Amino acid sequence: MTPAADAQRASPAAGVQDRAPLLDISELAVRFGPVRAVDGVSLQLPPGPCGLGLVGESGSGKTTIGRAALRLVRTSGGVVRFDGTNIAGLRGKALQDYRRAAQIVFQDPDGVLDPRMRIGAAIAEALVAHRLAGRRAAGQQARALLSEVGLDPAFVTRYPHQLSGGQRQRVSIARALSVRPRLLVLDEPTSALDVRAQAAILALVGRLRAERSLAYLLITHNLAIVSELCEQTAVLYLGRVAESGPTGALLGNPAHPYTRALRSAVPELGNTPATRVMLPGDPPDAANPPPGCVFHPRCPLAVDRCRTEVPALRAVGPGRLAACHRAEEVLATSSASPGPAPASTAEGSPPGSTAAAPPA
Amino acid sequence: MRLAITGLQVSFGTRRVVDVDELHVGAAEIVGLAGESGSGKSMTTLAVLGLAHTVGATVRGSITLDGAELTGMSQRELREVRGRRIAAIFQSPATAFSPVFRVGSVVHRALRLHGMSKSEATEAAGRAMREVLLSPRLLDRYPSQLSGGQLQRVAIAIALALRAEVLLADEPTSALDVTVQAEVLDVLRELRDREGMSVLFISHDLAVVAELCDRVAIMREGRIVEQGPAARVLSAPADAYTADLLAAVPVIRAEAGP
Repeated sequence: MTPAADAQRASPAAGVQDRAPLLDISELAVRFGPVRAVDGVSLQLPPGPCGLGLVGESGSGKTTIGRAALRLVRTSGGVVRFDGTNIAGLRGKALQDYRRAAQIVFQDPDGVLDPRMRIGAAIAEALVAHRLAGRRAAGQQARALLSEVGLDPAFVTRYPHQLSGGQRQRVSIARALSVRPRLLVLDEPTSALDVRAQAAILALVGRLRAERSLAYLLITHNLAIVSELCEQTAVLYLGRVAESGPTGALLGNPAHPYTRALRSAVPELGNTPATRVMLPGDPPDAANPPPGCVFHPRCPLAVDRCRTEVPALRAVGPGRLAACHRAEEVLATSSASPGPAPASTAEGSPPGSTAAAPPA
Repeated sequence: MRLAITGLQVSFGTRRVVDVDELHVGAAEIVGLAGESGSGKSMTTLAVLGLAHTVGATVRGSITLDGAELTGMSQRELREVRGRRIAAIFQSPATAFSPVFRVGSVVHRALRLHGMSKSEATEAAGRAMREVLLSPRLLDRYPSQLSGGQLQRVAIAIALALRAEVLLADEPTSALDVTVQAEVLDVLRELRDREGMSVLFISHDLAVVAELCDRVAIMREGRIVEQGPAARVLSAPADAYTADLLAAVPVIRAEAGP
């Protein structure tokens, strides 16, 4: 399971600033009635091969951001640009082109595959719908796509129920790839799979991203998966970006207390944390978010300032952004262990005013 | 041994889906039963609960609780065991609670069914809620007003209030967020350490099993391919299949901080 990790080393995160982004999400807001599902999120995804991980727990807004990037939900604010073009303005042929260029792979392949349609026809359908091939040529391409995703081309004649969950997920990836997309949204693509099938899908995505120069948003709650497949990661909490940056640095040395808690909550083989940062309570009501920093009611480091002043998402290190008044202190203490909180400084003192210094 | 499974065979017609020679859970012990989907983990749970026949399976072999054989028991006798002495929690706690009843009324009914008086049930429910770190006030709410992690803890509280000796936990944290999972795992550890409860923890997640379980059995196609102390099995597996599973677990690649 290392192809992406190799690519990660080969293409450093600095690329984000150097290249014009393929997908540029700016101040995105999505409301469902009174619920602010996404509340002012800005993210950039450079052209492929490149992965941006969106991690967070239920209700963090990660799936909604993915849907908004594909123009599948109505936004209430902000702009999503693909190749410099605002996707909200796309009509007719241009919209259809975008529907082809940006594809999604869901957690549950059964929602995508018609149980009464043979695998070959399911893949060919996408090609025909986008007028990329006639029926006969599409059938040929379906066979080629199946072998590209590591399945027997003879599967074209099978029905979905004759395949395992992992095989069906490969089919849904083949179908998404069939129309030669430039952007993929992978929404929890392995959450429903057994661990060995999951590893095989991760390896497949790692291989395809290089071969097809794919750029993708990878939506997951699994930090190990983003560390495997994404150069950049954004950690979301209650519809906002808590922290973003190069994945390895972000996970190795979190700048936001929420990232640190999330990281320490993940059970790891052979690496049981001595101390775990427990988050008291449950995520707050998105229809009625707390004042100040939305994380403060559960934050072990919250001070008075956090209860009143919304922390801006600001630079806290090379390529790194965090929305925390005390990010410098978190950074200074994160690398040692995920456990103990930094010694409490005088409440209300400006962050970084103590010995804590941002990393070089 | 508190719960002992010997020569257990569960079949659908001629197809045998569980064939377990031996699996024990001692007092104050958490034993993990790990494997992929279709390996027979959940059918083993159903057999222990005496519910395998409800899905059309036949059961042979021996399942004993503190030495008493469960397999030959009538459904009436089993009702005394199931739910009270052997409790179970499942992946989706919401299915254990009817959406139209307050959480407290579901808890109450379970406790009353097993012989508590009204006042005993109220008292036991409140105490058990505090033990799983929940406010007894949550009992007045409807299931939809609680989070998945809270509901799972209420389900555990029922087992606790009935002073169950064995808890069968079938993927109890698989549908939960990791921070919530951490809380539920903590509660299970507490039950073991403080109440001496025996837990059979069924999971596909080897990292969770490694963190929580004292011993582990790895299941494949109905059989246990390897069992032993969790620390040994998951660090130095003797079986190739166990090693395969372990190799597939994704690891967090993080850079050391500055």
